[in-house]
Amino acid sequence: MRTCAESFEAYALRALGRDWGAALLPRGLDITTCDQIFLIGGGLIWNIYFAGVAILFGFFFATGVALAKFSENKWLNRPASAFVFIFRGSPLFIQFFFFYSAFVLLPRVGFDIPLGFTTLTIDTSALTTAQVGGLFVLILNTTAYSAELFHGALQSIPKGDLEAADAYGMNGPTKFRRVVFPSMLRLAWPSYTNEAIFLTHSTTLVFLSAFPARQQAGEAFYYARYFVDQTFNPFFAYPLVALYFVVLTLAIIGAFGLVNLRLNRHLPRERRAKMRFRPQYLR
Amino acid sequence: MFSFCTDPSILPDWQWFACYLTSATHLDFYRAFGVVLVLLAVTAPVALGMGMAGAMALRARFLPLQWLGKGYVNIVRGVPDIVFFLFVPIALGQGIEWVMHQINCPDWDQPIRQGTDFIVCREAKVPPVDSPVWMRDLYAFGMAVTAFALVFGAFVANTLHGAMMAVPRAQVETAEAYGMTRRQAFRRIVLPQMWVYALPGLSNIWQILIKATPLLFLLGIQDVVYWARELGGQKTSIFTYPHPDWRMWYFLALLCFYLFLTWASERVFGWLGARLSHGQATAAGERQRRAAA
Repeated sequence: MRTCAESFEAYALRALGRDWGAALLPRGLDITTCDQIFLIGGGLIWNIYFAGVAILFGFFFATGVALAKFSENKWLNRPASAFVFIFRGSPLFIQFFFFYSAFVLLPRVGFDIPLGFTTLTIDTSALTTAQVGGLFVLILNTTAYSAELFHGALQSIPKGDLEAADAYGMNGPTKFRRVVFPSMLRLAWPSYTNEAIFLTHSTTLVFLSAFPARQQAGEAFYYARYFVDQTFNPFFAYPLVALYFVVLTLAIIGAFGLVNLRLNRHLPRERRAKMRFRPQYLR
Repeated sequence: MFSFCTDPSILPDWQWFACYLTSATHLDFYRAFGVVLVLLAVTAPVALGMGMAGAMALRARFLPLQWLGKGYVNIVRGVPDIVFFLFVPIALGQGIEWVMHQINCPDWDQPIRQGTDFIVCREAKVPPVDSPVWMRDLYAFGMAVTAFALVFGAFVANTLHGAMMAVPRAQVETAEAYGMTRRQAFRRIVLPQMWVYALPGLSNIWQILIKATPLLFLLGIQDVVYWARELGGQKTSIFTYPHPDWRMWYFLALLCFYLFLTWASERVFGWLGARLSHGQATAAGERQRRAAA
């Protein structure tokens, strides 16, 4: 049997690949409690990576899509609405399958785009890995959900704020930067926190069936499923992964709560938007 | 299916597709869409029932019952639902077998958990060892419904509890002034009126439920995702209908199916909302009244 220290050394960073720990995962009767704690905990690296990068990119894309959806120009409005409808109306699980099977069909060597003076080669083989392809799907998904939230917030910006901006003589970009964007963020922030939590929970779907986990390097829930398959005992690995996710959820609420304080700092205390714990709720 | 389907390799394109899309495995694929709809149709009322029970527990005056309700709602909502979908069927299955084992084989002297094995006596197996395939399928399906109902029941409980609170307080007070008991006031005043407040939340939960149905695949049920993967994969010339990797098109069809489902339910909930707002003391009800006047 391994001691806890050995198991930490072998499995704490195993989620990054074979070079970062033991070559093989523990099997059958060889599995210790510490193995499960460290391997599943190490898997959280990927949950944080997927959620963090997707939220970072999704935030900027969603702002653009929300503005396009809010615009009165139908050439902007309609494509944005269609994008939001498609990604909000279909299951993320199917989206993973669809994009994975589409990425597999792309030529392995990549595309050559002749630009005249030089040839641009787009590498497509990376898209079949979860770390790039799965992230791509998550970004599109969170963009659609956040865009819907931001669009709702844009609609409910107080008319008086916009009129005040006009009265100060602000032009388009200045008005957006100083009035529209901060108000939109402030109004959408509690729901956006929920979206971030839900997205983090959704990262557990990345390695389920569609995208392969190369070298058995997966996220936390992938390892939890692995352990349950090996030990046929669901009463340790699943509650453990649930506990990790509760901690992760609380961390997100804490971090987003700080931003919420800053966004609301100009308002009298009782008018500030309250943060409420209601994960998985607005999707 | 069709009379000309005996040798597909010599058929022209449209006939080839007509035969291909009506092959026996494709008919199974189409039936799997029915499985999704049945799951939705069974789970929704069960989850609504669970939610109603949860909401009653949340507003109970008996404190331990209230704590039970709060614990249920908060635990289920704080954890990714997929964990529950995989945990509940296997945990419940082992739990049932354990209970059956205690009842049927009281003088069994070996431990049930030996290393990585879960061993109960032959009589304790659920479903029974010699049961037919359809019974095993039904059992797996029942487990899936239980898992879905548990998760979505917690969402529904929260929504219904909020809706009960949203019924104007003055109405309940009026009922009390008429001498109704707490129970009567709930049944006659709160229960009929709460739905209009619950509807937006319920419609949202229904949409989430629709989008959770492909996860049936993970529970080993032959659902749409299973068949899409089976049928779409590359088929070599030893198959009757050889074709390259068509999984993308199958999943595109699934995407369209789900888009249609969410679109249709949005329409239905819109209509239902208009119906329920009729004569209610809400903004939507007021708008209807003005339009009619």
